[in-house]
Amino acid sequence: MNTIKKVMQIADDWTEIGALDEIPRQGARVVKCASGDIAVFRTLNDEVFALRDCCPHQGGPLSQGMVHGREVTCPLHDWKIHLDTGIAVAPDEGCAARYPVRVKSGRVFLSLTAQVAGTSTSP
Amino acid sequence: MKERLVLVGNGMAGMRAIEELLKISSDIYDIAVFGAEPHGNYNRIMLSPVLTGEKKFPDIMLNDIAWYAENGITLHAGKEVERIERGSRKVVARDGTSANYDRLLLATGSVPFIIPVPGKDLPGVVTFRDINDVEAMLGAAHHHKRAVVIGGGLLGLEAANGLLRQGMDVTVVHLLDTLMERQLDRAAADLLKAALEERGLRFLMQVQTEAILGDARVRAVRFRDGTEIAADLVVMAVGIRPNIALAKSAGLYCERGVVVSDTMQTYDPRIYALGECVQHRGQTYGLVAPLFEQAKVCANHLAELGFARYTGSMSSTKLKVTGIDLFSAGDFQSAEGCEEIVLKDAGRGVYKKVVLKNNRICGAVMYGDTLDGSWYFQLMRDSTDVANLREKLLFGQAHLGDAGHGNIRSRVASMLDSTEICGCNGVCKGAIVKAIGDKKLFTLDEVRAHTKASSSCGSCTGLVEALLASTLGGDYSMTPKKRPMCTCTDHAHDEIRSAILDLEMKSIRAVMDRLEWKSPDGCNKCRPALNFYLLTAWPGEYVDDNQARFINERAHANIQRDGSYSVVPRIWGGETTPAQLKAIAEIAEKYRVPTVHITGGQRIDLLGVVKENLPAMWGDLSAAGFVSGHAYGKAIRTVKTCVGRNWCRFGTQDSTAVGIDLEKMAWGAWMPHKVKLAVSGCPRNCAEATIKDFGVVCVDSGYELHIGGNGGVKVRVTDFLCGVKTPHEVLEYCAAFLQCYREEAHYLERTAPWVERVGLAYVRQRVVEDESGRKILAARFRYSQQFAQVDPWAERAKGVDRHEFIPLKRVG
Ligand code: SRM
Ligand SMILES: Cc1cc2nc3c(=O)[nH]c(=O)nc-3n(C[C@H](O)[C@H](O)[C@H](O)COP(=O)(O)OP(=O)(O)OC[C@H]3O[C@@H](n4cnc5c(N)ncnc54)[C@H](O)[C@@H]3O)c2cc1C
Ligand code: SF4
Ligand code: FES
Repeated sequence: MNTIKKVMQIADDWTEIGALDEIPRQGARVVKCASGDIAVFRTLNDEVFALRDCCPHQGGPLSQGMVHGREVTCPLHDWKIHLDTGIAVAPDEGCAARYPVRVKSGRVFLSLTAQVAGTSTSP
Repeated sequence: MKERLVLVGNGMAGMRAIEELLKISSDIYDIAVFGAEPHGNYNRIMLSPVLTGEKKFPDIMLNDIAWYAENGITLHAGKEVERIERGSRKVVARDGTSANYDRLLLATGSVPFIIPVPGKDLPGVVTFRDINDVEAMLGAAHHHKRAVVIGGGLLGLEAANGLLRQGMDVTVVHLLDTLMERQLDRAAADLLKAALEERGLRFLMQVQTEAILGDARVRAVRFRDGTEIAADLVVMAVGIRPNIALAKSAGLYCERGVVVSDTMQTYDPRIYALGECVQHRGQTYGLVAPLFEQAKVCANHLAELGFARYTGSMSSTKLKVTGIDLFSAGDFQSAEGCEEIVLKDAGRGVYKKVVLKNNRICGAVMYGDTLDGSWYFQLMRDSTDVANLREKLLFGQAHLGDAGHGNIRSRVASMLDSTEICGCNGVCKGAIVKAIGDKKLFTLDEVRAHTKASSSCGSCTGLVEALLASTLGGDYSMTPKKRPMCTCTDHAHDEIRSAILDLEMKSIRAVMDRLEWKSPDGCNKCRPALNFYLLTAWPGEYVDDNQARFINERAHANIQRDGSYSVVPRIWGGETTPAQLKAIAEIAEKYRVPTVHITGGQRIDLLGVVKENLPAMWGDLSAAGFVSGHAYGKAIRTVKTCVGRNWCRFGTQDSTAVGIDLEKMAWGAWMPHKVKLAVSGCPRNCAEATIKDFGVVCVDSGYELHIGGNGGVKVRVTDFLCGVKTPHEVLEYCAAFLQCYREEAHYLERTAPWVERVGLAYVRQRVVEDESGRKILAARFRYSQQFAQVDPWAERAKGVDRHEFIPLKRVG
């Protein structure tokens, strides 16, 4: 997992946000921050991802969407967003800012430094 | 050791079965394939474009030789199997190569019929079946001038067209007086003949070939009436016969074809057969679409899943001659009890005929304008009752009065590029056509993904499909395949529903595993559908999967564009009290609800509530006696009533009480789509009962029941179901109707399209005529209601799903 390693080096502002079990599988929870909401997703396989809770289409709350595979479907108009990059599933175009997360001994840690997917990290 | 699977016949059907098998499970067999032709597997359909020169042989390869090695399959190309030794389970090829099998798959295709006339074996006489034949024809076109094609059917005409394009003088001779008599009626056949003559083909009709003349090579063809016609090349295209020689010699039961069951097994259960060589339920097939359906079923059994069944196919044909539009499907020769609707416009060169039986389409022939072919075919396949469409049927789908698309009345072909096709997403014709071309889109799903057209309310689906058809053109066989539920699976809704019951699957995981889902955990389309199907199949047993629900149903409130929610308490039958109104008013003030709106469904909508406040607000509503109005769900919504006999000077019955009883009986039930009811006190119908899913109109003598109405995107007036005498009966009929609908409709299919699909007669039979069936349905509805009538708001106010409503953490 290259991306995660890279991210760990740059992120030094980890905040513990709760236990993995508090996020439903195939679901999400919201972390409220001064700068806006962050959606923290948990996939079927217990991977955890965090994105700004704001759909690149018209700002829909991604945390309220349905999680399938490594994607979330926005509840407002069905755009699909890649959880690992924040980039909209083609042919839609756009990107939600991504936040580093890591899970250690069942606890989830979030960095509040947003990473905007550049061309180099896009799949 | 792995089991050994041997395929005899390296053609389109057999190889499709192998590919389907590999998709499901790639490692249960050692596979060997015998093919009489010395090539990989190619697309036989495309031999016609190879003959015209539009394609080359390598363009039409489906599985080249390397593919077999890459997939660990042993290919014996150019080896014709001569016998099957069933005792020792072995096949032996002409050159002695042999292979043992645990299961054997026969897909030997057809052989062209050769009319037994003198001279049939002369050099220069060919058939049109494989690449060898095409090469022979191309060779002849190089050196010779005059071609005679015997047979004016589909293959004969494609051969003739190809040879003409290669510069030959071509005469088609035909025994009957109409071309393509198996697909066309006389009117269409005459138009076709005229068009082909204009291109330079010559026809000799009603002539019988008596001999082919020549010494070293064919020189002429002689007919029964004594006339002769010069020829350097003769193509025999007079029909095909299932190739059953091998099966027959092995003692397998054959009639016209190798007889197979619904599981594609021959009388020897180790031996499967499919493709043109088989006969299933008395039918043989000569087009690929049905064979591909057979291949799926075959693979399902070979993979030991064992639930698929082949029940026969309906197929449709088009002629692959560029510039000629022709479509034919089903039974187009009116037999007894059938009716014909015909449109003929000689000036435009357009002819359309639709044959109806019991108000259902059983056949169609079209020439010149085939745009609506796919629509007729769909109606035919779904056995849709077209009584209501009849008047406009021949003018096509675009001419149906469609309230959602009032401005799109003309055929898509004649629409301007700037015409909006999808009103929800604002997508115009030009954008769709461009995307189809640029991005090479072939399916509705792809168009939806790339353009968003038809991805919201779906009412423009027909138009988008028509655009796809008119933009792609091409291939003459439309796959009559059932529409898969979504891109995660190949199975259609009905198949999945019956598999859930047959295989007693009780969780989404089980369905996805058993039915070989293509994605790890489905998508936003299939998960809600499966959740609903399981809930309906196993009431009280299946545990609802919250993560398989759309946010509205998960949060029990409607999400709004700003991410806030709306709250609509149930107001039974639309009747309220000052006390209730006060309670709502106080709660609205307490939670600072920005908008209070009286809805179109006779209740009150509190809009703009932040999610975190929902449980507390619901708690207050519960305390005041309210339950959820399910305004957010694929569920029972409202029961509108009028004041009825209690007040109104015209009222005949207590419509309000009946409405409240209906709502108390039905609330809480999850449905395929939203369901709205209404009860009006007299035929003035102030509660608009005749545009509801289930409507009751009170009359002096009792209650008239109406079903399948819709006041939304596409307004549809209800069908009259029956009249009943007592409120008790109203409840029983309603429960039975709702249960029949929820057990059988596709997810997201509202009652209006469902009734149109299955037909009013069917619903009447289930709900009205079959009395004991009705009582059983009603009982099943009431049984499942035991588990459904739990107010989700009260539960959540007490703490259920707390995580759904509060943030995980606040930071900073
Ligand atoms: C609130 C209300 C409008 C109003 O303020 O009056 C309303 C609001 C919505 N309607 Fe409606 N409809 C409302 C009465 C109607 C009616 C009238 C009626 O029920 O008598 C109709 C036409 C009758 C019918 O359904 O046949 C109606 C036909 C639709 C349709 C088209 C349905 C169709 O089958 O064609 C949709 C879209 C859909 O369901 O996919 C829709 C969808 C919606 C949604 C759910 C759109 C959405 O997904 O967010 C709106 C939710 C707003 C909210 O958050 O509350 N609404 N909607 C009405 C709520 C009634 C209630 O008390 O529950
Ligand atoms: C020119 C042409 C155009 C067509 N156009 C269309 C069209 O537009 N649309 C459409 O739907 N259909 C079309 N068809 C029909 C379609 O191609 C057939 O329905 C389909 O190919 C049948 O598949 P199959 O596997 O049953 O038979 P085939 O594809 O014929 O495969 C059978 C294979 O088995 C081999 N074989 C037979 N016996 C043995 C043996 N004993 N040992 C080893 N191998 C053996 C044969 O050599 C052959 O390769 C067309 C057919 C032709 C000839
Ligand atoms: S008509 Fe219905 S769906 Fe459309 S905006 Fe109004 S409430 Fe929303
Ligand atoms: S806001 Fe997310 S799809 Fe429109």
